Amino acid sequence: MNALVELAWIVTKIVALVVPLFLAVAYMTYAERKVISAMQLRRGPNRVGWHGLLQPIADALKLLMKEVVLPQNANRFLFVLAPMLSIMPALAAWAVLPVGDGLVIADINAGLLYVLAMASLGVYGIILAGWASNSKYALLGALRAGAQVVSYEIAMGFALVGVLMAAGSLNMGDIIRAQEGPIWNWFWLPLLPLFVVYWISGVAETNRLPFDVAEGESEIVAGFHVEYSGMAFAIFFLAEYANMILISGLAAIMFLGGWYSPFHGLPLLGPLFDWVPGMVWFFLKVCLFLFLYIWFRATFPRYRYDQIMRLGWKVLIPVTVVWLIVVAGLILGEVGPWF
Amino acid sequence: MTMHAVREFFGTFMLSELLKGMRLTGRHLFDAKYTLEYPEEKAPQSPRFRGLHALRRYPNGEERCIACKLCEAVCPALAITIESEQRDDGTRRTTRYDIDLFKCIYCGFCEESCPVDSIVETRIHEYHFERRGEQVIHKDELLAMGEKYEAQLAEDRAADAPYR
Repeated sequence: MNALVELAWIVTKIVALVVPLFLAVAYMTYAERKVISAMQLRRGPNRVGWHGLLQPIADALKLLMKEVVLPQNANRFLFVLAPMLSIMPALAAWAVLPVGDGLVIADINAGLLYVLAMASLGVYGIILAGWASNSKYALLGALRAGAQVVSYEIAMGFALVGVLMAAGSLNMGDIIRAQEGPIWNWFWLPLLPLFVVYWISGVAETNRLPFDVAEGESEIVAGFHVEYSGMAFAIFFLAEYANMILISGLAAIMFLGGWYSPFHGLPLLGPLFDWVPGMVWFFLKVCLFLFLYIWFRATFPRYRYDQIMRLGWKVLIPVTVVWLIVVAGLILGEVGPWF
Repeated sequence: MTMHAVREFFGTFMLSELLKGMRLTGRHLFDAKYTLEYPEEKAPQSPRFRGLHALRRYPNGEERCIACKLCEAVCPALAITIESEQRDDGTRRTTRYDIDLFKCIYCGFCEESCPVDSIVETRIHEYHFERRGEQVIHKDELLAMGEKYEAQLAEDRAADAPYR
């Protein structure tokens, strides 16, 4: 009986997290179209609903109605499995992300390792999708995405090692608690180069512009998901956006103090904002990063493939290694409010 | 030289050019938008606009077309088909005047070649076909179009007359 109650409670928590997440994904697409069109001096979707607010729902309905085409020579089992493999880790990683103080599904002590493991699993969905489609464009897209994600994972992992050194813990809650205080107490300041490297790698990890060679429309049509249609395509789409929100959430937790208000602990401003729940601050920080994603997409042209590899291996990884040594020195010297 | 290289290195490292680009797009985010809300707002048209075709008549009701077939000859897309006959009063008139709108490229040569200002292009650009074959419009349809839009057509021809 107790186990049953426990199970029901866990399922409730999962639903409470996944439903807003899917809504966020839907409205992320809307925000993306609106912001990009504003930056290109257009108005964006404004026909379905007030200011086009029902557009994501119309899009979802359209994709639901469409036929899922199975290519004749595709490997059927893997072709169907691949979208699931790509959305599963994107959602599973959210289990350890605290959206507010104590508001976390699984408060495990190796949370950071778990997130890294889940982020790496996502690439299997992409590679299998590309291979199972039995199409040259899909295969090339999958190869590119695979190589890119694997290379940038190293830089990202190193950047997170810096956070782990600074916080002295792998538990997400403890990492945030180590940053308690106003905005300059958060890890973005002492770990600024790692923060920038993490964010660049995060953009590359999710195959977003300017690192979206995996789907380079001009050369390989749409990359690994070129043969997918209808709901199967929608799942890849969901996974991409869920991953973006995940990377943004991680950035907020690791470098921007998660649920803490930027005025936390200040004599005057601190109490003024005490009534705002931590979840709101977390949400705002995630929105900031999501906006950056969109801003990048509206601004930068796509990197050439060899430039991406050069940036990842010859610039980002050396920078992180050097800064890890600096961080070690800062910790030994017990510098500033951080250590 | 070395100073320049050092400055360039740090400029690249600080992502200065990327930030410049982001500042530009960030500014545009708040600029006025150029979108024309199409069905409600429409872009202004020139009197020389080349849309759907029409055949005009003289004020006394006589059709202008004398079946000289200059338009058929000049049409670069071979979209026009004309057959003609002598009428009882001795004048030559068309028995068939077809325009295939899938072939037509709306260049306006037919209108320019016409010695009697019979075949013209109207300002209509919003139309559709629902069945195969409907894209070929016939003489009666063309004449009906001419009658319907004669006022606008005459006005546009008059406005453009000094430049012809």
